[in-house]
Amino acid sequence: MGLRGDARSMVLFIEQCLNGLQFGLLLFLLAAGLTLVFGIMDLVNLAHGSLYMLGAYFAATFAALTGSFVLGAVLALAATLVVGMAVEVIAMRRLYGRDHLDHVLGTFGLILFFNELVRLVWGPAGRTLPLPDWLSTSVQIFPGVYYPTYRFTIIFVALAVALALYFVVMRTRIGMLVRAGASNREMIGALGINIKLLYTFVFGAGAALAGLAGLMQTPILTASIGMGENILIVAFVVIIIGGIGSIRGAFIASIFVGLVDTVGRAFLPTLLKLFLTPAAASAAGPALSSMLIYLLMAIILVVRPEGLFPAANR
Amino acid sequence: MKSHVTFRNIVVAALLVMLALVPLYSAWIGNNFALILFTRIVILAIAAVSLNLIMGYGGMVSFGHAAYLGIGAYVVGILAYEGVPSGFLQWPLALVVSGLFALLIGALSLRTRGVYFIMITLAFAQMIYYVAVSLSRYGADDGLTIYRRSQFGGLDLSNKVVFYYVCLALLLLVILIVWRIVNSRFGMVIRGAKSNERRMRAIGFPTFRYRLTCFVISGVICGLSGALLANHTEFVSPADMHWTRSGDLIIMVVLGGMGSLFGPVIGAVAFLLLEEGLARLTEYWQIIFGPLLLAVVLYARGGIDGLLAGGKRG
Repeated sequence: MGLRGDARSMVLFIEQCLNGLQFGLLLFLLAAGLTLVFGIMDLVNLAHGSLYMLGAYFAATFAALTGSFVLGAVLALAATLVVGMAVEVIAMRRLYGRDHLDHVLGTFGLILFFNELVRLVWGPAGRTLPLPDWLSTSVQIFPGVYYPTYRFTIIFVALAVALALYFVVMRTRIGMLVRAGASNREMIGALGINIKLLYTFVFGAGAALAGLAGLMQTPILTASIGMGENILIVAFVVIIIGGIGSIRGAFIASIFVGLVDTVGRAFLPTLLKLFLTPAAASAAGPALSSMLIYLLMAIILVVRPEGLFPAANR
Repeated sequence: MKSHVTFRNIVVAALLVMLALVPLYSAWIGNNFALILFTRIVILAIAAVSLNLIMGYGGMVSFGHAAYLGIGAYVVGILAYEGVPSGFLQWPLALVVSGLFALLIGALSLRTRGVYFIMITLAFAQMIYYVAVSLSRYGADDGLTIYRRSQFGGLDLSNKVVFYYVCLALLLLVILIVWRIVNSRFGMVIRGAKSNERRMRAIGFPTFRYRLTCFVISGVICGLSGALLANHTEFVSPADMHWTRSGDLIIMVVLGGMGSLFGPVIGAVAFLLLEEGLARLTEYWQIIFGPLLLAVVLYARGGIDGLLAGGKRG
């Protein structure tokens, strides 16, 4: 009996770890764009979450129009890319070189704008994105233990994107420019690189990544107004912990934060019952598990004020 | 000799006279709408003045200032719920508790700089937000209704006009305090640390202690604003310290004019009147307000106060 209980909690633990990994990888898709934009353009973009939201809404609409999940996702990615580049050209471009407070305010204004725009276009009710049959199955990971195929798909897609991103940044000419931009902006401009185009490209790519994260989350959580804001704050926690401008830091911190958050929410209340009375534990549990990642960030910042992996030369 | 009769000072004086006459206007047209709106404006103006003290004069951009607003409100709400209606106990305790939180948060946050500071203050505010959400005894997510405003012997705060004038008097007192602080030796050190902290340290000022003291004073004043807000709405809820509320406070300060004594008051009036006016114009008012905010950031540095002063202020 006891052994079966142990086995069951072990299975639960593995499931939660996989969920944490999946959440962490989604966070990475958001954080990668955020940290690149921050590292290269020195821009704090609160409106990054709006692009995440737009990705989700676009996907829901395009999938419904075309009748195909994959086609809808691809069209949504393209649309988010275009919106991202347009936002860069119209608004963000004018914010470079301003101080961070201006960025916070200006992009806060954009959040209000996009939330209201979505309410105007799609209405206040959320949108769902139904999964195709071939994704709504489960995979057996252990004898008798199943895990949703779709969550595995998220893990694989996000890992593939992370690898592709690594390859682009480390092995291609554009990646070289991106890295050069992150370490010394003025210099690559002075060397005759079309820095405006590079910025638009980086911003658009970051937007598309955010859109990808948003659309992959939608079948699980549905698209809703303001969905980008809470996860955006978590993505900021990620890039602060990882060290601003560092993609490697963002990757490690994403998975760390994803695991801590998910596993913490699942097990902290039970863990607290070992030390506290059941009443106190059930009161403190949810609060403490929501606070966990912020607590983690505060501790890391107190010990290392520039994050775990500060990008060089910044 | 610099003349004090400038366009800007006339506008500020007119604004103060207008604020003083609001109850008369309300009585004249025979409804309380303007009085209630302006009570809210005056209360949030106190919070904006407190944020301006650290942000405008000290260069410390706190993205979690709504936390102290919430703490002040919750102290009043919880004491009222627990059968302690005396304002002589509620208000000082609200100030002390906000101050203690500011001391703890400031001591940890002030080790970081720039965007890390913005984000760590946000993280602490999020933690406090989640604590409030978990206070199941005090309404948790739904908030807590206050059935009796703070009792001050002969002073009847449930009289709307009396309460308005109490708030207005406190606003003026707070502005006076900030004015005295900023122009004192202490204020010089704070402003010096904003423009060049290393130099201030080199001359021998322990800037950390000065900045922390300033941060705590700001938290205490914001806590006062929270205590007033709880009395005004007769309700406290975690929404009082949602991160968008911190964003609103930043908007008020920047819209009105950072580092200007009356700027935050102008900002609070402008922000809340705009919100009210646009909301009447269209249900989708944020679609106008968002881009407007961006435009202020881009084209009106120094805020409204800067425009009034004819762009002469830095």
